Amino acid sequence: MANGLSETERTYWSRTSTLTGVILILWFIFSFVIPWYAAELDQYQFMGFPLGYYMVVQGSLIAFVLLIFIQNWIQDGIDRAAGYNED
Amino acid sequence: MASGRFVDNLPKIYGLYTLGFLVFFGLMAILEQLGAGADLIGVLFVGFTIVIYAVIGWISRTMQVDAYYVAGREVPPLFNGMATAADWMSGASFVALAGGVYFGGYGYLAFVVGWTGGYVLVNSLMAPYLRKFGCYTVPDFVGTRYGGNLARFIAVIVLVVASFTYVTAQINATGTIASRALHIPFEVGIWFGLLGILFCSMLGGMRAVTWTQVAQYIVLIVAYIVPVVWMSIDQNFGIIPQFSYGDAVQRIQELEPIIGVGTPATESFPGVRILTTLHFAPGDFMDRWKFVTLALCMMAGTASLPHILMRYFTTPTVRAARKSVAWSLFFIFLLYFTAPALATLTKLQLLDPNLPTAVIGKPFADVAALPWIQNWASVGFLKIVDSNADGILQINEFFMRPDIVVLATPEIAGLPYVISGLVAAGGMAAAMSTADGLLLAIANALSHDLYYKILDPKADTRTRLIVARVLLILIGAAGAGVASMRLTGILGAVAWAFNFANSGLFFPLVLGIWWKRANRPGAIAGMVFGFGAGTLYLYYVFSMGGEPILGLDHLRFGIVGMAVSLVAMVVVTLLTEAPDEETQAMVDRTRIPTGEAILAQQH
Repeated sequence: MANGLSETERTYWSRTSTLTGVILILWFIFSFVIPWYAAELDQYQFMGFPLGYYMVVQGSLIAFVLLIFIQNWIQDGIDRAAGYNED
Repeated sequence: MASGRFVDNLPKIYGLYTLGFLVFFGLMAILEQLGAGADLIGVLFVGFTIVIYAVIGWISRTMQVDAYYVAGREVPPLFNGMATAADWMSGASFVALAGGVYFGGYGYLAFVVGWTGGYVLVNSLMAPYLRKFGCYTVPDFVGTRYGGNLARFIAVIVLVVASFTYVTAQINATGTIASRALHIPFEVGIWFGLLGILFCSMLGGMRAVTWTQVAQYIVLIVAYIVPVVWMSIDQNFGIIPQFSYGDAVQRIQELEPIIGVGTPATESFPGVRILTTLHFAPGDFMDRWKFVTLALCMMAGTASLPHILMRYFTTPTVRAARKSVAWSLFFIFLLYFTAPALATLTKLQLLDPNLPTAVIGKPFADVAALPWIQNWASVGFLKIVDSNADGILQINEFFMRPDIVVLATPEIAGLPYVISGLVAAGGMAAAMSTADGLLLAIANALSHDLYYKILDPKADTRTRLIVARVLLILIGAAGAGVASMRLTGILGAVAWAFNFANSGLFFPLVLGIWWKRANRPGAIAGMVFGFGAGTLYLYYVFSMGGEPILGLDHLRFGIVGMAVSLVAMVVVTLLTEAPDEETQAMVDRTRIPTGEAILAQQH
């Protein structure tokens, strides 16, 4: 019943999908693009580490944790705006 | 009911528990000072923690369906995060991860990235929506979303194959650790471990597993981090070595050409190997391709493995499910960013001639006389030979099993026995908690989806829960039976489980939520062809010894499975009728976080 959706429901889902899309693009960069270029990044230093190594063993991992917390924080806002906050 | 009060008191209960565990640790340290041997301390550590888990399992026993399948849906996010982290971090993560980083260099780090990044997929694509759905098991979602017993049944098969592959590795790990800590034969250790696992899950189902997993997480993370921090302070890398071991990395890279890392061994011994891979050297296109394909397989597998997804069915709300995913990854991250630090510090200790613990480049006779070398050599975890008879131990004359990096580090660094006991208890906790979750996922799918939903929909609660428990014992026994035959190394089987799961389930689950048009024939095609293609490809590269296509070896067969699954599902869906309006409305309701669960009326 695609047409049976209310305006609120439609807006809610389009905002949720957009947020999910943005998060997944960032996820792709930290998961695949940065490890792919790790050797090139190794020319630089970060906190005493070669940068490429640092990103693969720690940087991307921290990014994943932050991505989820940030996504949930924004999603809470989207939920609230649509009146879907349960607690 | 007492359980409501129990949930309110969680911080206090687990705070006291952690304190109790630290006091126990202190007592063991005192006992060691009084002259107790390593063996006694090991027995006490492993024995004491198993008894605690069994007690929690006993207290959490239940005869309610909701409590048995989804812990009454009252687990707060923080605690669900800890339980998921324990559920997730297997014996392989605990025991083999640091060893993998030690030996595997850049290529292996794909596991580290894959096993953490997968949670972004879980949070974005799966967990909140499956929670809203209100299912008891993953096949429950497939069966309801697509309708029909056939789809449900195929999902059960994929789940059983993936989880069973995984659980044998876990039971194997409990057997290995129990046999070493308690000085019993491996075969006895396996059955002993199984007994502990069943005690945690059989009486209380998901509720008991949840509360034991929280307890197991606390033990395993303390056991993982304490030795690393201790060793780091010893080597002047500070209290938080995770942020300051950059110098160690650079020192290793400096030493590698000097000591000749990469020189092949002239002899070989079963089960042990020498270090040949550089610590971090991403190479040509193929190296990078292998990295990203492995990471992708592990990530999609994470988001398809039922024993992980079902943990998010236990939260009170959709929002709590999302928060749980965030805490899960945080608690997992604590171990995953420590493992490379451990691998690096241990490697430096062995290689750096300036450190007193070094063995490479030292006189062979001196190294052979070290107690830890003798100790681990006697159980076949380590082997040194003077291949070129020059009286000096070279890098290609020092063989070890990867597991040793975690298990023997305390001894290599000269830490007291009490740390070794702690590590044994941590490894046991990691393997037991994962085995619990997996056994429960299998038994629940069989009892709920196969028995109750397909075979006997009129079964009463009592019968359902008895069937669930009988299945749990049978599957556990089958797993232990297979594990005692020692078919594969721990890690091979673990990676396979991820590939089986993503080949068969990833797209049917994701598209079930994100593509309203997805229908039953499409989902069935996606599961059958994806899982079938993945399995055939595995057979081709692994059993027939076929040449891997595009570097996709047996650890990456999910790439083939997922690609086939996606194409089959989309093509078949588009060639057949769109799902009815009721189903489409159900998908709409799945996407809205509030309101009644889709399945609320049907259990």
